Amino acid sequence: MSQSIIQIQHLSKTFGGGTEAVHALEDINLDIRQGEIFGIIGLSGAGKSTLVRCMNLLERPTSGTVVVDGQSMTELSEKALRLARRKITMIFQSFNLLMQRTCLKNVCFPMEVSGVPAAQARQRAAELLEMVGLRDKADAYPAQLSGGQKQRVAIARALATDPKVLLCDEATSALDPTTTASILALLKDLNQKLGVTVVVITHQMSVIEDICTRVAILDGGVVAEQGDVQEIFSNPSTDAARRLVYPGGVTPSQYPASTHVIRISFNGGTAYDPLIASLAIDCGVKVNILGADTRNVGGKAIGTMLLGLPENPNDSAKALSYIRAQKNITVEEVPDYHE
Amino acid sequence: MSEALIQLFEGWGIAKVPEQIAYLSNFGELAFNIWETVYAPALATLFAYVIGLPLGIILVIGEQGGIRPIPKFLMNILNTVVNLLRSVPFLILMVMVVPLSRLILGTSVGTAATVVPLTVAAAPYVARLVEISLREMDRGVIEAAQAMGCSPWQIVTKVMLPECRPSLINGATNAAITILGYGAMAGAIGGGGLGAVALMRGHGRNQVIVMYVAVIILVILVQIIQSIGTAWSVKSDRRINPTETKKRRT
Repeated sequence: MSQSIIQIQHLSKTFGGGTEAVHALEDINLDIRQGEIFGIIGLSGAGKSTLVRCMNLLERPTSGTVVVDGQSMTELSEKALRLARRKITMIFQSFNLLMQRTCLKNVCFPMEVSGVPAAQARQRAAELLEMVGLRDKADAYPAQLSGGQKQRVAIARALATDPKVLLCDEATSALDPTTTASILALLKDLNQKLGVTVVVITHQMSVIEDICTRVAILDGGVVAEQGDVQEIFSNPSTDAARRLVYPGGVTPSQYPASTHVIRISFNGGTAYDPLIASLAIDCGVKVNILGADTRNVGGKAIGTMLLGLPENPNDSAKALSYIRAQKNITVEEVPDYHE
Repeated sequence: MSEALIQLFEGWGIAKVPEQIAYLSNFGELAFNIWETVYAPALATLFAYVIGLPLGIILVIGEQGGIRPIPKFLMNILNTVVNLLRSVPFLILMVMVVPLSRLILGTSVGTAATVVPLTVAAAPYVARLVEISLREMDRGVIEAAQAMGCSPWQIVTKVMLPECRPSLINGATNAAITILGYGAMAGAIGGGGLGAVALMRGHGRNQVIVMYVAVIILVILVQIIQSIGTAWSVKSDRRINPTETKKRRT
């Protein structure tokens, strides 16, 4: 069992005061383990960015504690905090490189700030650029690079101070799918090679699926659900989780109010069995597929389907019990499909 | 040659032509007047930056939510002083700071003495120009610097000023030209230079040709400053001119 590197307890953040107060985060409890890739996912406005900024105290929590690598961040002086931040670095959606410096100088920057001798910094920066695959861009300026290359420079820069934690704030949201995949592969690689703990903030489900081991789902400023990525994806138990796991599938209003809707999940292995066909053959019941999706979580196929059952209650019950009898299939009713 | 010129201008009905041609062909005197026009504003621009650059930085970083907030009442005082100085017309300001010039330089007349009112007028202007440049700074980059553990001083010196360099150069060009214009006005209170020449000879002694020549030279000076400033700004901007990589190697 690996040790925890970030512990967040009863963290709340409120912006403003009085009647206009906005409760961005409420009673957040998280435990991020050393060496893992932890995902924090939520829709826009869920408080993801505020939460990640509370980890390096770019935002000061209104209440609660943040312990990073044994240090209580909220109790540190300004100066001690600046030192602590060298061990918990960050990359951003908009890269935030220094546009008037070459790539090499960008990577040198955090070392320059922390007083590493220039020659040593340059050598380390060159190594880091090599590690992210941009050795030939050392003397180029950020304006000459593509988005993916800029993010690679930002990653090299973030690693310059040998951090224990790398926070990624929507780091791939501005990139196309191919570039996203290569950046995620790089993060995973660095996580394995260097043992750096990676915290990934994203609204993209695919990012979590690709690289995260555990995930917390943030919804309206609270953690709706957290745990193993595979568990949560195969069996989301809260509304917030379902909204994310089954994105945009079907619009409820498109179906008649009387439709009895169930959601079934194929928990690996059986995703390709012809369930619907055998249902029709074995029971003679025709169901309506409202939406379907198959995801690859950690190499395991996880399929989900939204089914509209026949209006006839007998047929409906027959179909339901048939499906329930299948192995590796989770069934749940979608009662409030029409709101 | 000058005979022909005199005849030509007199033919146009311009008075006192020989006198004016005599002044304009005395290259030494004209050159000295140009020098006076340049050096007082140049000095004033320098001093204005010595005062205005820190003020402009404070105006940005000192506000609530800035990287180094200072008490609100201090910010209010600073803003008020800058606005007050900027709202006094320069001609009046020159007269108002006469005691200050006496205190600093022991005199309130002459070209050197105009440096004092020019600096007083230009410093708050420079502060605002610096403020405008620094406000263009991408907040995300400052946040990144904070996340890397930069102190406010490091953010100013290593992030804000270098990143805003092209814009700051444009601002300085703007300031230099404005101060040059003010300097020409200083002719009215005994400063030297082309402004004084245009006022005294052109207006006072009805030497129209001298006035136009003085104005044309001022226009050329402004053009030169603007061209140098713009070229420098563009050349130093690695966003639009990244190919200009430094040859320096260690």
